[in-house]
Amino acid sequence: MSVKVENVTHIYHEQMPYETIALDKVNAEIENGEFVGIIGHTGSGKSTLIQHLNGLLKPKSGKIYINGVDITEKRIKTVEIRQKIGLVFQYPEYQLFEETVFKDIAFGPSNLGLPQSEIEERVYNAISLVGLDYDEVKDKSPFDLSGGQKRRVAIAGVIAMKPEVLILDEPTAGLDPRGHMEILNMIKKMHKIEKNSVILVSHNMGDIAELSDKIIVMEKGKIVLTGSPGEVFKNADYIENIGLGLPPAMILMRMLKQKGKNVDTDILKIDQAEKQILELLRSK
Amino acid sequence: MSHIIEIKDLTFEYKREEDGKSVKALSGVNLNIEKGSFTAVIGHNGSGKSTLAKNMNALLLPSGGKVYVKGYDTADESKLWDVRQAAGMVFQNPDNQLVSAIVEDDIAFGPENLGIASDEIIRRVKGSLEAVGMYEYRKKAPHLLSGGQKQRIAIAGVIAMRPECIIFDEPTAMLDPHGRKEVMDTIRKLNKEEGITIILITHFMEEAALADRVIVIDDGDIAIDGTPKDVFVQVEKLRRIGLEVPIITDLAYRLRKQGIDVPIDIITAEEMVNYLCQ
Repeated sequence: MSVKVENVTHIYHEQMPYETIALDKVNAEIENGEFVGIIGHTGSGKSTLIQHLNGLLKPKSGKIYINGVDITEKRIKTVEIRQKIGLVFQYPEYQLFEETVFKDIAFGPSNLGLPQSEIEERVYNAISLVGLDYDEVKDKSPFDLSGGQKRRVAIAGVIAMKPEVLILDEPTAGLDPRGHMEILNMIKKMHKIEKNSVILVSHNMGDIAELSDKIIVMEKGKIVLTGSPGEVFKNADYIENIGLGLPPAMILMRMLKQKGKNVDTDILKIDQAEKQILELLRSK
Repeated sequence: MSHIIEIKDLTFEYKREEDGKSVKALSGVNLNIEKGSFTAVIGHNGSGKSTLAKNMNALLLPSGGKVYVKGYDTADESKLWDVRQAAGMVFQNPDNQLVSAIVEDDIAFGPENLGIASDEIIRRVKGSLEAVGMYEYRKKAPHLLSGGQKQRIAIAGVIAMRPECIIFDEPTAMLDPHGRKEVMDTIRKLNKEEGITIILITHFMEEAALADRVIVIDDGDIAIDGTPKDVFVQVEKLRRIGLEVPIITDLAYRLRKQGIDVPIDIITAEEMVNYLCQ
């Protein structure tokens, strides 16, 4: 499923003292099956942008096309959009509400009026995709699970809607290191199996560099950089200037370069850093 | 050095809702926190670290054992406010901790409740906001500030109570990298310049590495206790209990496995660069 954002502008509190232009003529394109990372500091417009993609917010001007259909048009039913575009909010576990894990995940598909057998199959698949054991958790109260498990159940609830585009807003915030790794691996695996488009909003530059096919950098309501991780992080000084970080491996390489060492500063991953340092030491 | 917090054989049990069974969140913790120190507490979700923190300012009371804050027994109800004033707490979500529509009113809220004279309150509000670098925002509405700024306002509100110790429960979990840095710089400054004892609960190993002492909680008890270097050299043990080491420590660990004689206690990028450039 392709998503095209064309000249979208969004203004909060229009004509009020606190009027803010949250999106300023934004253009973006997400292709079918692409993994897109969105970065930008708090208030840069990331959340506003993703809320436009599933019709939670309407632009003041501009168009949003999902598979060629303009979803900003009045006659479009938001229910249809939300079925195709799944949005996992920050701390999604706060939205769990049902008595059992099964019921919670089944809530969305049930509202679509699907037959019971199809609902059960979707819940089963969603639970498996997020790496939980169906028989073990299905009858449990979601509130008796650990933090990382709760979050996976909440994500399963969105996956069970079979979205063609899955948007995740800071899906690892507040998790411990193991929970963080588990969620990331789950997203990777799911993307591989479902071949859906994934949009990941994150402050963790290491994760973004590792997972994304394409990175979108937002600043003051505009998209200021877009491209592959290599292309985007080539602008390291600019990225630091707008208050964002760099992947840790890159920071280390830049520090070594400053000290006159002959290393490649374009590397993004820690195993690349390891290789470079080994070469450096062996050439001594 | 004297101890601001003393914990003796602390156990904490709660009843699980689904079956009414007793669950031990803490089992026999012994711990002293030195006045003026900066201690980080790490542990995976459910390890008991937040329960431990909440026992440090009487938000939770021991099921067994004792917790003393500045010498006051936290279980002594008549000393509750002395305990809370000595040990302030800052939580994860800044939005849940701000009460007023104007920043300076928010800071004044605590001291007003103590019945402090108004000229003293004005002094405290100014001092607290200056300590977190937010004085110029005193007339602003908190909800219009960034996450990092809101969290600094929450910290200023605690400082205005003149605590000797502040317990931070994952204060940067909801912030972007810039906000995280603002809050961590503020925490270090309060410790170094104001002499406030800091207890920082965090999932970010790089933040824990900034402390003087790191305590690892696992399964309701202390698993490792030492300087950041003492703790982070134990890469395999930390991984076994579901934790990580700072990225640079991981890199040093990988290099050692390749036969490079990197010092095992490297934590920061600076240390790695210094080693490679020596």
